[in-house]
Amino acid sequence: MKIRIKFRKYGILRFIGHLDVMRCFQKIMRRAEIPIAFTGGFSPHMIMSFASPLGIGLESDGEYMDIEISEPVDSSEAVRRINRAGVEGIEVLSFRRIAEEKKMTGMTILAAADYLITPRDGLCPGNWQDHFRSFMEQDVICVMKQTKRSEREVDLRPLIYQWEFRDSSVFVQTAAGSTENLKPDLIMDAFLKYAAYPSDSTEPLHPGSFVYRRLEMYADAGKDGTWQLVTLESLGEEIRREDN
Amino acid sequence: MRKPALNDEILLNIEKPARYIGGEINSVMKEKEKVDIRFAMCFPDVYEIGMSHLGIQILYDMLNRREDTWCERVYSPWLDLDKVMRDRNIPLFALESQDPVREFDFLGITIQFEMCYTNILQILDLSQIPLHARNRTKDDPIVIGGGPCAYNPEPLAEFFDIFYIGEGETVYNELLDSYKEWKKAGGSRTDFLRQAAQIEGLYVPQFYDVTYHEDGTIASFAPIDSAAPGKIRKQAVMNVTDAPYPMKPVVPFIKATQDRVVLEIQRGCIRGCRFCQAGMIYRPTRERDVEKLKEYARAMLKNTGHEEISLSSLSSSDYSSLNELVTFLIDEFKDKGINISLPSLRIDAFSLDVMSKVQDIRKSSLTFAPEAGSQRMRNVINKGLTEDDILTGAGQAFEGGWTKVKLYFMLGLPTETEEDMKEIARLSERVARRYYEIPKEQRHGKCQITASSSFFVPKPFTPFQWASMYTADEYNRRAHIVNDEFREQLNRKSLKYNWHDAQVTVLEGVMARGDRRIAPVIEEAYRLGCLFDSWTETFRNDLWMKAFENTGVDLSFYNQRERGKDEVFPWDFIDIGVSRSFLYKEWERALSETVTPNCREKCSGCGAAGFGGGVCYEDKN
Repeated sequence: MKIRIKFRKYGILRFIGHLDVMRCFQKIMRRAEIPIAFTGGFSPHMIMSFASPLGIGLESDGEYMDIEISEPVDSSEAVRRINRAGVEGIEVLSFRRIAEEKKMTGMTILAAADYLITPRDGLCPGNWQDHFRSFMEQDVICVMKQTKRSEREVDLRPLIYQWEFRDSSVFVQTAAGSTENLKPDLIMDAFLKYAAYPSDSTEPLHPGSFVYRRLEMYADAGKDGTWQLVTLESLGEEIRREDN
Repeated sequence: MRKPALNDEILLNIEKPARYIGGEINSVMKEKEKVDIRFAMCFPDVYEIGMSHLGIQILYDMLNRREDTWCERVYSPWLDLDKVMRDRNIPLFALESQDPVREFDFLGITIQFEMCYTNILQILDLSQIPLHARNRTKDDPIVIGGGPCAYNPEPLAEFFDIFYIGEGETVYNELLDSYKEWKKAGGSRTDFLRQAAQIEGLYVPQFYDVTYHEDGTIASFAPIDSAAPGKIRKQAVMNVTDAPYPMKPVVPFIKATQDRVVLEIQRGCIRGCRFCQAGMIYRPTRERDVEKLKEYARAMLKNTGHEEISLSSLSSSDYSSLNELVTFLIDEFKDKGINISLPSLRIDAFSLDVMSKVQDIRKSSLTFAPEAGSQRMRNVINKGLTEDDILTGAGQAFEGGWTKVKLYFMLGLPTETEEDMKEIARLSERVARRYYEIPKEQRHGKCQITASSSFFVPKPFTPFQWASMYTADEYNRRAHIVNDEFREQLNRKSLKYNWHDAQVTVLEGVMARGDRRIAPVIEEAYRLGCLFDSWTETFRNDLWMKAFENTGVDLSFYNQRERGKDEVFPWDFIDIGVSRSFLYKEWERALSETVTPNCREKCSGCGAAGFGGGVCYEDKN
């Protein structure tokens, strides 16, 4: 049975890299006695995959992990058990059954992600949002994107699906997943080059002058070429004890 | 929520920030206002190494069982953070509370190997605690050292207030109770150290004075304070089954060197290899009850979520219920995806059978530790493994499907001849030959025999404590003799030979048997920039040599000198239970190539029976 787990990552867990978070979850699953399924072979490992690795330094309210279990567990019971076995900085929000098809894993269907970007205390000029607005009003935002093998020019603008100011922060919804993936620090890097204003502190502004928080991740559930984003969580359903 | 001692900007710009933030599963949080004693327990190496150490986990758990005490952990900041902390004057902090170490009541440092001595100074320095015990005030933590290197604490004597000699489970409670009383009474720092000096097993170096003969050897070593005893008795837990053991060890976020549940099945070793310090200082051999170990295995796997469990001891094959324990582990956990790792097993039919159940034969390798190439040399060191044992074991393993064998040796042993050195290569060759005796259609390609040699360092409290060492050039010459001999072998393409760094060996030798006059060298080396000396990429022999030069200390006095029968050793004030006369008798037997039976075959009257338990009394109940 395939399960999708949604969790928050916050506090000191920001400094734990993706692979270590995965290792940590493996230990937590054992501690919580979740009947997780293993791969075959001489050194079996847990069937577990993450929708999208979160970079070091980021917090998130919407992380996703898919696992396989060998017998059903009540959703709320599972959430309770995992959180009790867990650690401060990881909070499991939901534990839901998802479709069995292979192509439905979070990693494959991921289409977009929401981020909240906030300048670190006192680093940005007071009117940065005015600059950001005119930055976003450009038709094309071309940057050089580094990949493992090469560098290519990419237009960021069509990869930003939505944006708005929320108090002193900016909210962006960006392309995510295996075909197109836009990380928010790349937007801010382009923005700082565009705005080219001096920092209020002694150090020059750089993408690390902002705090990034992932809020949610989506799949595209639209049919026949239409576009309809739904949260990865909404594709799962709660397992209740009486169903078993 | 805890606030890290380091800000985001620092944490995001150093390697592995997880080393410094604490908050791991099973780490212990308490309210600092509600405890009387704050204890910072330090392993002076990087987090991943320190977190793998069982002893600290035992003491951490034991001290935290006290309601009045909060024990936290401290490790060495790696060079990147070291620089940031110095540049910005950030004091070293403990992982749990993230509070500065200098605010603690105790700083405990475990001293596991000689090459960590500059790291100890780094810990003190970054904590902003005076390096020298005599310069500390009432506001500084009491700095206490323990672990195997504390059996010769003299090179570090100036830097510590107290050394705990022996196993940590025995008198810490007494020390902490005494500390609480002293704190309440409001005495001086010296008052407290006097109280501590009266507890068995605790050594307060500033209460002792050393004088030297003209030739540099020790003339006298005696207490200068009435509170200090002339002899310090090693501490040993006689009932290991009921001794505290951590059911909830801390689980690191990042991969530590030992990322598994560790079951310590016994303490001590019956074998009596003459080079081995652990084999002497942990006498008598004491076994943990197998039922208790089963219970521990279940609880610890459940509490940590680890996917691997390993047995720990100096010689697991000598544990009397090994078969029962291993069978239990396989039956109980193999199907739950738990790996079972079995180090230090003697290779025989039983262990091969067990290993074939828990390992992928094709990938894993078998390890033998003959320690010396020739039977003559093995008699000198009292290593009971014969060539027949090795070839029979390897033969069974090859027939069982294994193709990889590792062989561990030592070079530079007392009385070693060129013939002995060359036998290392020849023995490796005979192991390879044994493989090629198997009909071609039954073998799996080529075999791979990897021989490694380290250079022998004589340690205090061993029969070889009287032995002399060699220069780095001489060690390298010996390694080349072995290497050349490997190239002469018929199956050289199936053989591989590695050897350790000779320069580190020389320094280890000085630290191992050094006296109080070595302290200035360590301090000078640290000032010159030596740190993480056990790491190949950071070891700076040139700076160490400069430190000897700057302080005018002659290295050869410590290494290239065979010590006389009655010479006073810096560590003689410690009573490990094994008598000096027994060790000397063993030194003489070594020189006459005479083997001594192990503790279960025949008692040799080493003196450890004085502890009143363990293997010495096995058949006497």
